[in-house]
Amino acid sequence: MSAVAETPVAAVADARKAGDWLLIATAILLGVWVLLPIYLLIVNALSSPDQVTAFPKRFFPSFDLGSLSFFINFAGVARALWNSVLVATLTMILAIGFGAPAGYALSRFDFPGKGSFRFLVLMTRAFPLPLLALPLAVMFIRTGLDDTAIGLALVHTTLALPFAVLITFSLFSGIPVELEEAAWTLGCTRWQAFRKVILPLALPGIAASAVFAFTISWNEVFAAAVLTIENRTLTAFLLQSLGESPLYLKFAGGAALVVPALIFIFAVRKYLFAMWGIANR
Amino acid sequence: MHGKALPYLLLMPATLFLWIFFLYPFALVAFEAVTRDGAFTLDNFRTMAGSWKFPATVRNTLLLAAIVVPIQLTMALLMASVVSRLETGRSAALYVFAIPLGISDLAAGLIWLAIFDQSGFLNTLLSSLGVVDRPVMFLGYQSKLTIFIAVALAEIWRATAIMMVILVAGMGLIPKEYYEAAEVFGASPWQRFVRITLPLLRPSLQTAIILRVILAFEVFAVVAALGGTNLPVLMGETYNWQFTLQDRNVAAASALLILAISIGFTLFFLRVLRVPKEARI
Repeated sequence: MSAVAETPVAAVADARKAGDWLLIATAILLGVWVLLPIYLLIVNALSSPDQVTAFPKRFFPSFDLGSLSFFINFAGVARALWNSVLVATLTMILAIGFGAPAGYALSRFDFPGKGSFRFLVLMTRAFPLPLLALPLAVMFIRTGLDDTAIGLALVHTTLALPFAVLITFSLFSGIPVELEEAAWTLGCTRWQAFRKVILPLALPGIAASAVFAFTISWNEVFAAAVLTIENRTLTAFLLQSLGESPLYLKFAGGAALVVPALIFIFAVRKYLFAMWGIANR
Repeated sequence: MHGKALPYLLLMPATLFLWIFFLYPFALVAFEAVTRDGAFTLDNFRTMAGSWKFPATVRNTLLLAAIVVPIQLTMALLMASVVSRLETGRSAALYVFAIPLGISDLAAGLIWLAIFDQSGFLNTLLSSLGVVDRPVMFLGYQSKLTIFIAVALAEIWRATAIMMVILVAGMGLIPKEYYEAAEVFGASPWQRFVRITLPLLRPSLQTAIILRVILAFEVFAVVAALGGTNLPVLMGETYNWQFTLQDRNVAAASALLILAISIGFTLFFLRVLRVPKEARI
């Protein structure tokens, strides 16, 4: 009796176990698919120029800093790196500075025109935004913003602003309005209540969306290449030297782009879903 | 003191910004596309379409999107299912799968260049396995097919994460009870996926597909890094018209074409994957 009852249970358990193994194997396989190409780029970046162009390749880095030091000392690279950081920082400030107040307003008030503002923000996502750089190139020449960090940062802000609005909107929505009201009854002005009660609670999330804005700008290629000539960012520099630069320069440059991005994504990993989950609705 | 005006004040910076740097430039680009020296003309479109590269450009872009997006959708669904079923190591898997989200398309192109280059890792692997005698030139101007495959792989690698994150967020919204009920009635994991997950995931699927398809038409730096000019795509040709050929009217026409295709596909997917209000969770 008991032997008969045990068999299906054992079979189910076996199937479960097999399923678990399959699940873990799939997870590992997908992980390798993501990580292996990055590893190979890093191997190249950490090998000497000779090893990078040699054949066959070694699958382990020799930890020779030849490629990287060639890259850093290559004419224009240090400046391009600096420009990238500058543009990304400006983008971050602009996106949060314009986006966070809008996000707060959307989360706390009901007013005519709210729907159309949300529509305007969501509409940006149906457009290939980097193309904006083309008409703006002319506008910038007229206003003296051409080939400046702030000019490019303005275009990158168009990319980052919708995210900043939607992320901060959800952040503020997640903080009970009662907390604010309690502060008002205790004699705080609206601004004081915001600064002393809401802001500290929202700050980690705001920081995450700032990092996100920074990353968007750091990675952007098309607008950067169109709008900068002398003050090229790292992506624009790498793109425009693709034709003539040696392989080890490309790979070291690629690694210089990737490594900060890995750190950024790690820093905001907790918020990735909040960001994309909300951006859904 | 400023009750009613406050939300508008808070929204003003973002709204003004989007008008100046989003709506106005698009009006400008449309205007530039249909004029030349101030007079209305369709010559820009004729010049664009008359270029010998144009048919290949449109074909490559559409074909790339048609091949890449379905594969990405499948992989993203697989990744999201794996993540939502993992019990241990869930957040680690999530972080690893999300990494390409932070990686620039240019960097992704360079990463896959390290693999597909003549002295790259794929050739090393093939020759150590004895498949080839000497390194194959995968990315030469005569090997359009392998360039296409390399670009497709790099795109799949780079941009699956964005869909995965949206789908994971969407799966989190599906009530657990549905799965439990299905399990009680003996539904297999596959049946649960097809009958519960897919239908209820429709809003997220819609967002993910639209976002991804638009990005697919913007493919640019990956192609530049891997194929140079050997695999012309729309965004790359737009860049060429602006820079190499210095004709911003034709560049604007080309930009408008990308825009039209993007909006067309957005409307298409909004309609095909429409979710009735009452069917939302």
